[in-house]
Amino acid sequence: MRYFKQILLILALAISSLSQAQEIPEKPKNQTLVNDFANVLTKSESNALEQKLLQFYANTGNQITLVTVKSLNGYDAASFAYEIGEKWQVGKKGFDNGIVILFKPKTHDSRGQVFIATGYGLEGAIPDATANEIVDNEMIPYFKQGQIYEGINQASNVLMGLAKGEFNHKQYAKQHSRSGKGGSFGFLIPLFIILIFSFIGRSRSRGHHTMGTSGSSLPFWMLLGMMGSGSRSHGSSFSDFSSGSGGFGGGSSFGDFGGFGGGSFGGGGAGGSW
Amino acid sequence: MKKSVIILIVVALIAIWGISKSVGFKNNMVTMDENVNSQWAQVENVYQRRSDLIPNLVNTVKGYATHEKETLTGVIEARAKATSVNITPGNLNAAGMKQFQAAQDGLSSALSRLMVSVERYPELKANQNFMNLQAQLEGTENRIAVERKKFNETSRQYNIYIQKFPNSFFAGLYGYQKKAYFESTKGSEKAPEVKF
Repeated sequence: MRYFKQILLILALAISSLSQAQEIPEKPKNQTLVNDFANVLTKSESNALEQKLLQFYANTGNQITLVTVKSLNGYDAASFAYEIGEKWQVGKKGFDNGIVILFKPKTHDSRGQVFIATGYGLEGAIPDATANEIVDNEMIPYFKQGQIYEGINQASNVLMGLAKGEFNHKQYAKQHSRSGKGGSFGFLIPLFIILIFSFIGRSRSRGHHTMGTSGSSLPFWMLLGMMGSGSRSHGSSFSDFSSGSGGFGGGSSFGDFGGFGGGSFGGGGAGGSW
Repeated sequence: MKKSVIILIVVALIAIWGISKSVGFKNNMVTMDENVNSQWAQVENVYQRRSDLIPNLVNTVKGYATHEKETLTGVIEARAKATSVNITPGNLNAAGMKQFQAAQDGLSSALSRLMVSVERYPELKANQNFMNLQAQLEGTENRIAVERKKFNETSRQYNIYIQKFPNSFFAGLYGYQKKAYFESTKGSEKAPEVKF
């Protein structure tokens, strides 16, 4: 009889963990860092982001993944993002250096939600208060205007800087209080340049329509790869990706980043809604 | 004469089998027990983290929310109570766990009362320091939920292991007891939402 109760409890636990698991998206077979399940990004936006995050992963080993979903299935954003991080094991084993950016678009009857979940290993570099500042300063102002990609891109730039140790969270906070609520200007310049080049790339692709997308988008990726590498030497870091030569346009070729592996999360991070 | 030799061999074989099983059990238990202990340390860690945030939070709120003395005292008292209840890893039984959980839940509810009452002070809510503390508190509540869940999972593995045969026999022999679980009080599956 005593055992019976115990078995019931264990069963209940097992069932509840099973039913929970079904509401969280499975790790995709073809693993990518950008997982736009809610289709809020255009193809070129998501490719650009994928490329940037991939580059960052190749350089530093930190895995930043973006997951957009249509619905949180009754979860709050924090636990949803955490569950994804744990289930997909974002980050490297032993380093726990993963970040999950969770995005749920605003709909007519629900608020938009965003959450930055940090793996154990990045809690020091990106404290909750800083994650909260990033959400408030870099993301929500853009999201309110419907500029999803810009907000995510800005935030990922700051996250990469913090994770890499380019600047620390105190410097970030200071820089922000100085430049006011308008957003940090320093991040806008590369963004602006990228936008210009992407515009050039796009207009050129219109001219050579018969060539298909793979050829026309090449210059854009090349530039992006070089932008993303920042102060590091351009040639060497870019060569990781050029090995596939013509494969950029395919989209599927981004999947071979080796996959998520072994990272663990402890519930750190912060989010917001609009 | 021959018969007794056979019996001796059988007894010896059984003894060898028992000893090897027992050694295997003991070795596994070292790992399992240590897993539970270290996960418990994580749980205590995140609760400690929360109680470390409180003095700062109380001071910040005090500056703005002048009419909330009672609520603030409630938080301070609940914190004192929560930090006074400690469980050593070796004593993770149901009674100790219940006491620990009651004290921590008391602090949770005192904190959520405070967070509701600050709603009336827009200047406080716009204060950068307060906003940071609030984000930290939210993050800590999330961490608590996570570590509790992980603890229950580790505890469950341990409990299942010691209840299997023949482990159950050895567990009784060596005096290994079942570990307690965190019980989810209504709605505690998710961390209390500290939203504004």
